[in-house]
Amino acid sequence: MSRAKATIYGWLLLLPAFVLLLAFTHWPAVATLHASLYSTPKRNRPSVFVGLENFEGMVDDPVFWQAMYNNLLYALGTIPASVALALLMALWVNEKLAGQAWLRLAYFTPTVLPMIAVANIWLFFYTPDYGLIDQIVRAFGFGATNWLGNPDTVLYCMMVMTVWKEAGFFMIFYLAALQQMSPNLAEAAAIEGCGRWTFFRRVTLPLLMPTTLFVLVNAVIGAFRLVDHIVALTGGGPNNASHLLLSYIFDVAFRYWDTAYGAALTVVLLAILGGTALFQFLVLEKRIHYR
Amino acid sequence: MNRIRRLVLGASLALAAGLAGQPAVAQQTKLTFYFPVAVGGPITKLIDTMAADFGKANPTIKVEPVYTGSYQDTIAKTLTALKSNESPHFAILLSTDMYTLIDEEAIVPVDEMLKTADDRKWLDGFYKAFMENSQTGGKTWGVPFQRSTIVLYYNKDLFREAGLDPETPPKNWAEQLAFAQKLTKRDAAGNTTQWGIQIPSSGFPYWLFQGLTTQNDVRLMNDAGNRTFYDDPKVVEALQYWVDLSTKHKVHPPGIVEWGTTPRDFFERKVAMMWTTTGNLTNVRDNAKFPFGVAMLPAGKQFGSPTGGGNFYIFKKTTAAERDAVMKFIRFATEPERAAQWGIDTGYVAVRPDAFETTRMKEYVAKFPPAAVARDQLKFAWAELSTHENQRVTKALNDGLQAAIVGTKPAKAAMEEAQREAARILRPFQR
Repeated sequence: MSRAKATIYGWLLLLPAFVLLLAFTHWPAVATLHASLYSTPKRNRPSVFVGLENFEGMVDDPVFWQAMYNNLLYALGTIPASVALALLMALWVNEKLAGQAWLRLAYFTPTVLPMIAVANIWLFFYTPDYGLIDQIVRAFGFGATNWLGNPDTVLYCMMVMTVWKEAGFFMIFYLAALQQMSPNLAEAAAIEGCGRWTFFRRVTLPLLMPTTLFVLVNAVIGAFRLVDHIVALTGGGPNNASHLLLSYIFDVAFRYWDTAYGAALTVVLLAILGGTALFQFLVLEKRIHYR
Repeated sequence: MNRIRRLVLGASLALAAGLAGQPAVAQQTKLTFYFPVAVGGPITKLIDTMAADFGKANPTIKVEPVYTGSYQDTIAKTLTALKSNESPHFAILLSTDMYTLIDEEAIVPVDEMLKTADDRKWLDGFYKAFMENSQTGGKTWGVPFQRSTIVLYYNKDLFREAGLDPETPPKNWAEQLAFAQKLTKRDAAGNTTQWGIQIPSSGFPYWLFQGLTTQNDVRLMNDAGNRTFYDDPKVVEALQYWVDLSTKHKVHPPGIVEWGTTPRDFFERKVAMMWTTTGNLTNVRDNAKFPFGVAMLPAGKQFGSPTGGGNFYIFKKTTAAERDAVMKFIRFATEPERAAQWGIDTGYVAVRPDAFETTRMKEYVAKFPPAAVARDQLKFAWAELSTHENQRVTKALNDGLQAAIVGTKPAKAAMEEAQREAARILRPFQR
């Protein structure tokens, strides 16, 4: 095949994915940016160019800052915990154990369940007094706690749920990476008299770094993208204590119909996600050893 | 045989067309109708049956009901459809969405479709309390259909245990507190094992709060829907009563009480009295394993509850013929007999006094007296909070209420802040 022909062939193969990506990812992103610079059209008041006014409005919007703060705390709370737990579970189910398949399935189940269904299950876990958590806590002599009805606890409750939901998903990636690792390495290490911990720290962990990067990118996106449980469990309450950036965007755009401000908030979200992805790919990747 | 059959078929078709006296099938008016489901029970089936029955009675009109999720989903879908010129012909949406729909220029007033004196008499036949949320600026924008109010449910067994008369629910705020004190139980360690009363405060606390403000004789908004009175001293007083139930008297669970699990708390005997919608009546009847009572909300300065629920709205992007057809369906759905049956099947309050005069409703009420409580309370019911920019203005109040309930702000400061926010949002509508 000639070179030109190969090029055309290559582009043609890329075309379907390229068109879909352009139509459903890049074009909406550009359209959002455009919409964020205009005002929301209202009766008698068509949309006009307002420059950065929507972004200036954000500065004075206490709910936006609260949602940002919450989201940051939420990301810091859920990402390390779910990644660490995923790694732990993967190491555990990678061993030869009785009922290994069942254990893997059990760990993966939360991922398969739809978030709304999960939220409804957890609603009863968190119910004060006769909810599962309070029943356990009562066995140790504590009283009832209104987990979701208290601004001091509600966000942590959401984090626990998210870690439970996400860890199983990340575990699958770690498990796949562990399965591909050559048993020769373990044998060689054993001959050298290397301990389990040293082997993990010096061999397993470095070899898992590419997977960790992938999982981290997903975890960060997840921390900003997954809000079904917020909508189903608290609606962002009490008094915005559990609002995350995306749940707030949904409220602004589809409850208040302030689409321009919603677009501006979306631009901020896009910037955050784009920024972290770039950082992860450009900076962290350099420190990762690929085989 | 085959030929004969074809002949008979052809003849009967010709006959049918002749009898109809018009090009029947071709002229059929098709109507798309969005409806939400907000309470338990086979609502979708009931609506489908209603549309089918209507089709039998009016062969020239075909109503296609489209289930569109919750109220929130339905308004979102409707407004999105509207923006892409795919509007349904009519829909059931919250009565409080009226100003939003007017501002979006989405709906037409019902008055335009009323042609005869009989039509106008029909519109006057709805409960006044339900019409408050359906009219503004001298026009009627919505027709009440699935409407509700808040009532007090109480556990008669627990009343008896506490030495209270199970046939005498609390009649005023003082009694409500005194009864709740008797009904609250604590164990040796000081943990509460049974609460006296529970007023849910998650999601839409403003609605339940409006019970308290109505009882305290204060309105939250004006008729034009462009001004709120959140910082009125009587509003603050009503909020203080609610906050005190949990923080001062400790007869109400602390923090935000979940709307969704409140009936379950009641079934589990964790709470002796609860405030919730009449729409839960069927749910409670089926799931409470103890005798329960239903009462009007206790009076403060007066009895009171807000109304709630959904109205029919007719959209602007319709032809005159389609609007008339929609009107025909709405009248069909709100006929006394059908309104009565709808109330019995769902637990919603039948929207017209004449529905309560039907035999089937009289029999039902005789068998199940709680069904009449909501009706009797309607005399004291006021419109649900609804303004321009409704969701936002309501959210300002919700945030303030929750802040006061969880104790991050005192009641007065919380209401003043909510009022400032609401006033800021409503400023453009006061010109």
